[in-house]
Order: sequence, then structure tokens, then C-alpha cells
Amino acid sequence: MSDIDIRHLTALAQLKLSEVEAEAVAGDLARIIDMVDQMQAMDTEGVRPLAHPLDTAARLRPDEVTEIVDRDLYQAGAPETEDGLYLVPRVVE
Amino acid sequence: MTVETFSSVTDLAARLEAGEFSSEELTRHYLKRAHSFTGLNAFITIDEDRALSEAEAADALRARGEATRVTGIPIAHKDVFCTKGLLTTCGSKMLGNWVAPYDATVVARLGSAGVVTLGKANMDEFAMGSSNENSHFGAVANPWETDRVPGGSSGGSASLVAAGLAPAATGTDTGGSIRQPAAFCGLTGMKPTYGRVSRYGMVAFASSLDQGGLFAHTAADIALLLPYMAGFDPKDSTSSPTTDDWLDACRREPLAPAEGLTIGLPKEYFDGLGVPAAAVDAARRALESAGFRFREVSLPHTAAAIPAYYIIAGAEASTNLSRYDGVRFGHRCGNPESLDDLYERSRSEGFGTEVKRRILTGTYALSVGYFDAYYLKAQKIRRLIQEDFLAAFADVDLLLTPTTPNVAFEHGAHADDPVTMYQQDIFTVPASLSGLPAVSVPCGFHEGLPLGMQLIGPHFAEQNVLRTAEAYQRLTGWHLEHPEGF
Repeated sequence: MSDIDIRHLTALAQLKLSEVEAEAVAGDLARIIDMVDQMQAMDTEGVRPLAHPLDTAARLRPDEVTEIVDRDLYQAGAPETEDGLYLVPRVVE
Repeated sequence: MTVETFSSVTDLAARLEAGEFSSEELTRHYLKRAHSFTGLNAFITIDEDRALSEAEAADALRARGEATRVTGIPIAHKDVFCTKGLLTTCGSKMLGNWVAPYDATVVARLGSAGVVTLGKANMDEFAMGSSNENSHFGAVANPWETDRVPGGSSGGSASLVAAGLAPAATGTDTGGSIRQPAAFCGLTGMKPTYGRVSRYGMVAFASSLDQGGLFAHTAADIALLLPYMAGFDPKDSTSSPTTDDWLDACRREPLAPAEGLTIGLPKEYFDGLGVPAAAVDAARRALESAGFRFREVSLPHTAAAIPAYYIIAGAEASTNLSRYDGVRFGHRCGNPESLDDLYERSRSEGFGTEVKRRILTGTYALSVGYFDAYYLKAQKIRRLIQEDFLAAFADVDLLLTPTTPNVAFEHGAHADDPVTMYQQDIFTVPASLSGLPAVSVPCGFHEGLPLGMQLIGPHFAEQNVLRTAEAYQRLTGWHLEHPEGF
């Protein structure tokens, strides 16, 4: 059985789960990790990891301004804004 | 105006060009059907005003002599594609009220070719699922048997095309999310090569796997629409600069069937295979009689694909979905006490169970002490799986496999068991990990439900994949079978 510290993982992922939910997810996760552990049986000695399916790096573009940010348009979908700023709870007392 | 319920895009395009009806008339026809079959729950949003104004614009384009071959065709977009001024929910409470400020490249390109958007199709939340039971907006029914799932994650797109509510729809495929629902709903569905279709404005799930594609009744229809949505996009850093004359030619002429290709049958896909084996074997015989050659090949690392996929997709999802913080867009919890409280409660309220599972799987795989054993291991296996395919393609032009291990299952059948649900993707995930183009084509029935077979090609060989599907559809009539009651 996998060693899953569900409280640690939810903290890393910025999730807050109820006791019941955490227990259920921990059980699911244990089964998922047991399933993916089949990988460990496979010999991958000397194999280079493949991150991009076409095995290339991301393309770079010339460093030129191509987009002008329309703040009002992009903030129209924000839950809470004021004077063009995003509102969050006070961070510094 | 009479329009057959299950008209092909090819047929409708010809009739629009002949002036038999206008795009406005055709759009009204499909809007009426979409409103008549809401029980399928295939649409999240239908925007009648937008559709009709786009149809009018399409008719005007035609009147000016500027129509493309697809001008005036109404389709639906999976709700993962951003649509300016129209709700884009991604099947999630997190984006339940979110209106995109811009169009995805796929939406913009099809729109500028004169394709009309009827609305947005239901989907598994953030494209995570194989049954479309994970949508915040409710499960989608399979038109063939409404107590069955349509597949996922593009279940709404598949269901609505299968029921004749649109002649085609867009979808996205990360591990099988176009091909599996196409198989379950009796449709032709294609995932192009990774990089062929722009991901700009396609809400990200797993960025090294996500690829936009199409559902339609025939391979010819997919070949007709694909050139109007594919191609290099400077706004997507993984978009491929590859250009192809054949794809450009699809704008002008119908797709010719393939001839005389050699097709590999990977033995790992057939070991112990139950229901679809006979149907795929019959397809092999049909193609053989038309001059295609077959040989057995081996893809020895196939069994490791599901574990590697769920690590890689989970890791990328946990990273991509960190943007949902309750600050800039999406759901925000009420009365947050602190910044951490705002993040945690907004995310916990906004995401559904499966999305949380995937984020936590990815978080586990990327956390200190586990990165090498899980994430790097999975990426190494990814290379071995891709090398299997590349070795096979040295000897054969294409591969033929079943699309799914079985027909559509009943709602709730795997709801309590994510690991069993994940195994549903066993035949589609390897091509996704390798970035290969693949199409699912109807190839028979089991107990009244459709079966699909999958043709997989080398990178950027969509031409042979589609032309072989076209050859098969000229030999058989499975793609012409439709559910009753629509």
C-alpha cells in the first residue's frame, strides 16, 4: 500500500477537504498509485525522458510587442475588482 | 426545405452551394432539433441569436462569391474552446459563469471560413473522464441507448452528432477523448497529430497531450473540415509549422480513398480481446479484399501506457489547474478570511471529485522524493512507447486496432472505481503519449451498440489515416447506421 499523506498533498495543491472527502480521496489515490506502480517493473535504464511528443523544444519568437493587454476586457470576468485592481483578503497587517 | 436527419457535412455543403437552402434555413433546422432533444443533455449552451447572425453572415459571404466549401455549415464546439462573448464552462462549476474574452484559434478559423456555431457541447469537467459523468452540468446520454454513457470526455459532442443535432462537432483528445466517444456513439472521430491543431484558447488539461479534433459521420467530412481548423498558429508555442499540399487540396476536392497500403495489427491490442475482436477482424478482411496488406506487429510496452499516462496527465493537470485561484477568473468562495482560505475554498468548491483526484495524483507524482520514481519514470516509458510505434512504422504504413475494449457501458457502472474507469482508455492512450494521429471508425455492433476501430498513423500522416478510413467507408455501411427515435 502506498504511503499517502493526504493532508500534506491537499496543502500542496491548495485544496481543503472535509474528513469524509479526504478519506475517500486517500483511498482512491492509494488504488491509483498502486496501479501506476506497475511502471516500476519496467526497465528504463539509460532511457531519456520524453517531455514533448514530437521531441522538440518550444519554439521561440522575436522579442516584439504583439499584444496590447485590454485590462477592462480581461478583468470583466474577475470575481472582485476595484479601480482596475484585483481584490484579495488583506495579506499584510 | 427537407434535410435528412443524419446528413453528412459533404452533402449539406453541396446543397448549400447549389442554393437548395440558405445557411439561415439550415441553422434554424438544427436549432429546432437541438431544442427538441434536450433530454440527451448534450449541449451546455445553445445561442440562437449568435447562430442566426453567423448564418446570415455566411449567406452574405456566399452572395458575394466568397464562400468556402464549408460556409454556412452549423456545428457545435466542445465547451473547452473559448468563444468570445459566449459562456465557456469546461463542464466545471469553476468556470460556470465565465465568458471568454477571446475566441480559440479553432473557433476563429472555422468562423472565418463561414462555419456557424450552434452552441457549446457538454463534456467531462476539464476534459477529465471517459463517460461524461463528471460534468458539473450533468451526465450526457448516448442516443443509441439513453441509459448508456456516450463516452468521454467529449461526450456531448459525440451524442449530439450521433442524434443528428448537428452534422459535426469539435472535440479534444488527451488520452482518447474524441476516439472513445466516437466509438461509443457510432461516429467517425479524429485526433490529429500533436501540434497540427492550435491549442490557443483551448482550456488546458495536459499540455503535452491535448489536441483538438473533429466528430462527423464520415472520414470525408473530417477531411472537409480539417483544413479550416488546422495549421500553424504563432499564438501556440507547440503548434507545428508543418504544411501539407494534401490538406490544402481538401479545401477544393473530396478525399480520395487509399490503395494498397500495408497495415499492422499490434498483437498486444488483441490479446484476450473479447467483443470487438470479430468486428475488427471483419474490417481487416474487407480491407484485404480491396488490396490492403496486413501483418502482425508488436508494441511491447503497451501495458505500461495507462500508468505512465495517468502520471503525466495528472502532473500536467495539477500544474495547469493551479491558475484557478478565485482571484482573476472563475469561482470565488464567499467571505474569505485570508489569502490561503480564498485559494483553498475557491478551488475546493469549484472543482469536482475527479478533477481533485487528478490534481492530487499529479501533486503526489511531482512532490519531493517521488519525482524520479513517478514523473521521470513515466516520461521514460513514454519514450519507449513512442519508439515501439516508430519501429512498427518502419515496416507498415498504419496500425489497425479496436478503439475500446467494449461497447458503451451503463451510467454509474464504473462510478465508484476510478482505476477501472482509467482502463477504458487502454487502446487510445498509447497514440496520445506518442503524439500520433488516429481516427476511430464505426466497424460493427454488439447487442445493438456501436463498435469502433482505430487507425493510427505516423506523425503528420493524417492523409493515409483518413484515406484508409474513406476506403473502408466505401466498402462498408456501418457509418450509415443511426439510432432510432431522432
